[in-house]
Amino acid sequence: MRTCDDRGVTEYRRAFRPADRRLVAGVSAGLADHLGVPVVAVRVAFVVASWFNGAGAIAYLLLWRFMPLAAPELSPGLESATRRGLRTSSRLPIREIVQALCLAAVGLGVFVALQASGRGIAGPVLAPIVIGLVGVAVIWRQFDDASLGRWMRQTSGLAFAARVAVGILLVAVAAVYVITQDRGWGAIADMGVAVVAALIGAALILGPWLFKLVGDLDEERRERVRSQERADVAAHLHDSVLQTLALLQKNPGDAAQVATLARRQERELRSWLYGTDNTIGDRFAAAVRATAVEVEDDHRIPVEAVVVGDTSMDPDVTALVRAAREAMVNAAKHSGADRIDVYAETDGRSAEVFVRDRGAGFDPERIADDRMGVKGSIIGRVERHGGTARIRSTPGEGTEVALTVPIRQAEQVTEERVGHD
Amino acid sequence: MTELRVAIVDDHAMFRTGVRAEIADAVDVVGEAEDVDGAVKLVEELAPDVVLLDVHMPGGGGIEVIRRAHPRHADTKFLALSVSDAAEDVIGVIRAGARGYVTKNISGVELVDAITRVAAGDAVFSPRLAGFVLDAFAGTIEVAQVDEDLDRLTEREREVMRLIARGYAYKEVAKELFISIKTVETHVSSVLRKLQLSSRHELTRWANDRRLI
Repeated sequence: MRTCDDRGVTEYRRAFRPADRRLVAGVSAGLADHLGVPVVAVRVAFVVASWFNGAGAIAYLLLWRFMPLAAPELSPGLESATRRGLRTSSRLPIREIVQALCLAAVGLGVFVALQASGRGIAGPVLAPIVIGLVGVAVIWRQFDDASLGRWMRQTSGLAFAARVAVGILLVAVAAVYVITQDRGWGAIADMGVAVVAALIGAALILGPWLFKLVGDLDEERRERVRSQERADVAAHLHDSVLQTLALLQKNPGDAAQVATLARRQERELRSWLYGTDNTIGDRFAAAVRATAVEVEDDHRIPVEAVVVGDTSMDPDVTALVRAAREAMVNAAKHSGADRIDVYAETDGRSAEVFVRDRGAGFDPERIADDRMGVKGSIIGRVERHGGTARIRSTPGEGTEVALTVPIRQAEQVTEERVGHD
Repeated sequence: MTELRVAIVDDHAMFRTGVRAEIADAVDVVGEAEDVDGAVKLVEELAPDVVLLDVHMPGGGGIEVIRRAHPRHADTKFLALSVSDAAEDVIGVIRAGARGYVTKNISGVELVDAITRVAAGDAVFSPRLAGFVLDAFAGTIEVAQVDEDLDRLTEREREVMRLIARGYAYKEVAKELFISIKTVETHVSSVLRKLQLSSRHELTRWANDRRLI
């Protein structure tokens, strides 16, 4: 149910600061996600870099400014459940907080030792820088929070004013300190430094706010488009619920029909409310799910599909899905079972599908050559694409069809695309 | 054998009534609650053997109930029973301490079976949950990066999970792998433990990525 403009617009990956997993600003967590490394490694890197004239702290502040904050995007059902307090969103594990605090303590210790040995930043400059940085961090954190409604509630009114005031005060103290340090420079230089410091202070306080304003406008526009899309889908969905209810009233006696209708409606609602599994798209997982849905609708039997991993479709994978469909149809038609389990898995090297029922079963030795369904469209189809098909069945216990095809590398596929299914 | 004492926690009265009717013959339904505070109070007062717990509920949801009630009542087992298939909530409630997860369209017989299993200290994995687990622990990571065994499934555990995802009952898994049911239960419990204790950052990242796909 996601629209196609979700894909395509941003092909490159962007780093975000996750709003729900941050200790200070979320820079480390965001970088760890982006680079695929443990978050603790990123934190260590920042701390170590800070020993060298505070490079780590500066990098952190810069990234803080330029990495956008991202609240997790949830499905409509989860978003609503969160708003109504029906679920607890994940908290940061205590262990991670303690770990970060220890790391900060060690970092500070080494930093102080460096200072003491005289190899750090010159003493008179250090104090105003530290105070200034803390002030900036306090204000920025405030701006971050203000952009998120739920955080805003906690930090409005007095707390808000107090934090901004503290930030301004700290920056001002830093500025005054810097200016009074340089008495020897003469009045004109003093004035100049004071003006520059004041300008920097103002930029620090107002800059993020202006920056934020532009970002918020953008965000607001996207949010509006999204909520309109959702409203459309909701309208369509409610319409289909009405249809289903009308059909149920018409056929109250047909148990199978009622069950099928109820199940289909449940599936639609569920996937809208909680789903990330859409059945649209040119991917293996989506294709397996869509096939299961089709068989379920056509043959009025529940088909439970579980898919692990995903890959793009190529002729081999397409053949696999078609063969699996054939197996599902066979199970639906002949097994007499009350449900079919489908499990599909891919690790990028091969793709497998298992179709299982607990129905009548049959003797696999006795698949007559004329049973084209099994021989041709399941076994033959998969084997033509370099895969294997295994059918296990015991009369009275049920049947399981296991299908595997290897996944070829992209260039091989294009070469052999002339091949067919 | 004494009847198991079961509590039903769900914010939909109609659903509680339905479940009660379905399982009342096999177990002793000692109480019902409809929100987090009620559920915590219920556990403290009645100390049921098993609590059937909805994932989404006023007051913070099933996770909050387990967080508040579980530390003081370790003997009470929680079985999540939900309509939400959202992976992050399913994994969340398991990590909070639930011994299993089943969806609301489960049949009465299967539900009673799941309750019995959970009461005995075992874990209950539906095919869907097994799929989530395989997904969450998938991906090749360097052996050197793995600091604890908690961060990966053993080959055997993976096999058991795959069979469960394929729709096999524990009994059938045992037969397929030529091991006893007890061994299957041990493997599943061990997977549950890993799911609850693993600090593997891929696990959280996996849950986050799912929303962005």
